[in-house]
Amino acid sequence: MKTKVALTGNEAVAQAMKQINPDVVAAYPITPQTEIVQIFSSFVANGEVDTEFIAVESEHSAMSAAIGAAAGGARAMTATSSQGLALMFEVVYIAASMRLPIVFPVVNRALSGPINIHCDHSDAMGLRDSGVIQLFSENAQEAYDNMIQAVRIAEHPDVRLPVMVNMDGFITSHAMDVLEVLDDETVRNFVGTYVPEDYLLDAKNPISMGNFDMYDFYFEHKRQQVEAMKAAREIIKEVGKEFAKISGREYGLIEAYKLDDADVAVVVLNSAAGTAKGVADELRAKGIRAGVLKPRVYRPFPQDEIREALKGVKAVAVMDRAETFSTCGGPMFADIRNTLYDLKNDIKVVNYIYGLGGRDLRLEHVEQVFEDLENIRKTGRVDETVKYLGLRD
Amino acid sequence: MATLKELSRVEERFVGGHRLCAGCGHGIAVRMILNAAENSNVVVGCATGCLEVASTIYPYTAWRCSFIHNAFENAGATISGVEAAYRALKKKGKINEDFKFIAFGGDGGTYDIGLQSLSGAMERGHNIVYVCLDNEAYMNTGIQRSSATPTGADTTTSPAGKVIPGKQQPRKDLTAIMAAHNIPYAAQTAISNWQDVHKKAKKALEVEGPAFINVLSPCPRGWRYNTPDIVEITKLAVETRFWPLFEVENGKWKLNYKPKKYVPIEEFLKPQGRFRHLFKPGNEHLIKAIQEEVDNRWLALLERCGETPELPPR
Repeated sequence: MKTKVALTGNEAVAQAMKQINPDVVAAYPITPQTEIVQIFSSFVANGEVDTEFIAVESEHSAMSAAIGAAAGGARAMTATSSQGLALMFEVVYIAASMRLPIVFPVVNRALSGPINIHCDHSDAMGLRDSGVIQLFSENAQEAYDNMIQAVRIAEHPDVRLPVMVNMDGFITSHAMDVLEVLDDETVRNFVGTYVPEDYLLDAKNPISMGNFDMYDFYFEHKRQQVEAMKAAREIIKEVGKEFAKISGREYGLIEAYKLDDADVAVVVLNSAAGTAKGVADELRAKGIRAGVLKPRVYRPFPQDEIREALKGVKAVAVMDRAETFSTCGGPMFADIRNTLYDLKNDIKVVNYIYGLGGRDLRLEHVEQVFEDLENIRKTGRVDETVKYLGLRD
Repeated sequence: MATLKELSRVEERFVGGHRLCAGCGHGIAVRMILNAAENSNVVVGCATGCLEVASTIYPYTAWRCSFIHNAFENAGATISGVEAAYRALKKKGKINEDFKFIAFGGDGGTYDIGLQSLSGAMERGHNIVYVCLDNEAYMNTGIQRSSATPTGADTTTSPAGKVIPGKQQPRKDLTAIMAAHNIPYAAQTAISNWQDVHKKAKKALEVEGPAFINVLSPCPRGWRYNTPDIVEITKLAVETRFWPLFEVENGKWKLNYKPKKYVPIEEFLKPQGRFRHLFKPGNEHLIKAIQEEVDNRWLALLERCGETPELPPR
């Protein structure tokens, strides 16, 4: 059974967590994620979930306790934002290397300093090389759907990796949105019961975890993580297809919006994809063949799908809501340019940094991007590779 | 109280093949503590440090019970998570067996970098035992001072130099800090007193809720004593009242051992290379200051324990 409801992104994620009913949740409050912890705490206090909730004293301990719980054989979750994720940095790598299927929503917020509480993707991008799977969500519906699918992806025997489910701070987390939620039983059946393979609380088979790993094995263990990431590409698609059966919504690694015949395209994550799609529609009405590519999965990076989706495009703008300070553009720009290099067909790829610290992305900003792309397509010339949108001079 | 003969029949959970140094207190302490768990299922958590690197070199392990090492500063949080998993899985009928949860950390991982994580775990009331293996410095990285390092000790980051004679600050009283969490059990013990260690480990494992034990566990490399003398050195720490044996049970402080006579601190300092510089002519005032610190701490402890605050007869 499906029900249409009005929820904020945070409420939608908390609702998904309630339906998943994890064994252990360890979390710490941080704006703009706080509501998730609050709402979930009330589920615990009112007996609506069986979860052991650990109100830890920091995000470092949140992920550390989630690691302990998952290693113990429990389905474990945490949730965070920004500084909280930065504080977790060390242990996120450990969760991935221990192959623990911890699912954790990240409500994207700019990193300090200067301190700021609003949306950008610098928090998630900081962990892009940590070995966790990263899913991005355009709106509350996708955040809800991603949470439920994340459990299956994380726990798949070929994957066994943590999954970070991203959504935009305030824009998605706090805005009321209309979405369709599934009934508890459908979600419970979909996620199933977690059956860990090797775990600390298996009295008959004690195990040592987190061993000291020297130059004779460390490298192979890292390579195994890469193989798990590779496997995740297919598993994410399989889980997406199965999810379509219960929800009517199918998810792949990317969403290609009007790209089949596009001349110019924008690549963008999370909520800004909605804005970009709106602008593409307007431009299409004016005869400009505009399209949008929204990676749903950022790690593992869906290189084949992106290459396929963009191969016929003449000019591409990658929009990054994070800086790298490499002075050569944002993080996704580097990935997309790298992806398109082998096509050898001279697709022009430019980069726009936008929305840092919650700066609004307006329709006219995206219109400007498409206008630039049209100029590049017509002249074949790129004047400036990396530009900033909505920034005062 | 069990006899040594009886204890020897408990199956060892920490076995040979580990690479701890000869004359290291950690192996002794770990075996004594785990011995008190008798036949229970145990999950051991461990902070990064000597014990972890010496006992779990992949693909080997010296642990016959389940063991988890996560990072340096989070043994408290990690074992909290395992214990929460246990409660959740037990409640849901996914596991049937009972388990005990014991975390080990060195003084660096406990007094310093892991203090927050430990404090959080204690405050939340998890049913765990946290054991600090206190060897009074960061030994695994090569003898750097920690907040457990005693006044005057020569370490690589508090070297005895021409101007500064070793560590200038008194050591933190972690056991008192843990007791201040109002946990059911906090205790201080030393590897030289096996009955004391055993009794305390048993109590810690039996109480409902968090327990903390601080074990003095000497390091031959950092302290620079004659390796076979580890037990003698530890005994001197207790006899000189440098390391008193006490426990705090449900808020009640109790002294477990009172030396019969006044043994001056020199007896403990002299056999150790880390204090050698204190015995150079002209440094008598430094030893005197250390003695004063020991005596003052002893008197304060006696008062807390409801004993007459007086020094042992000389």
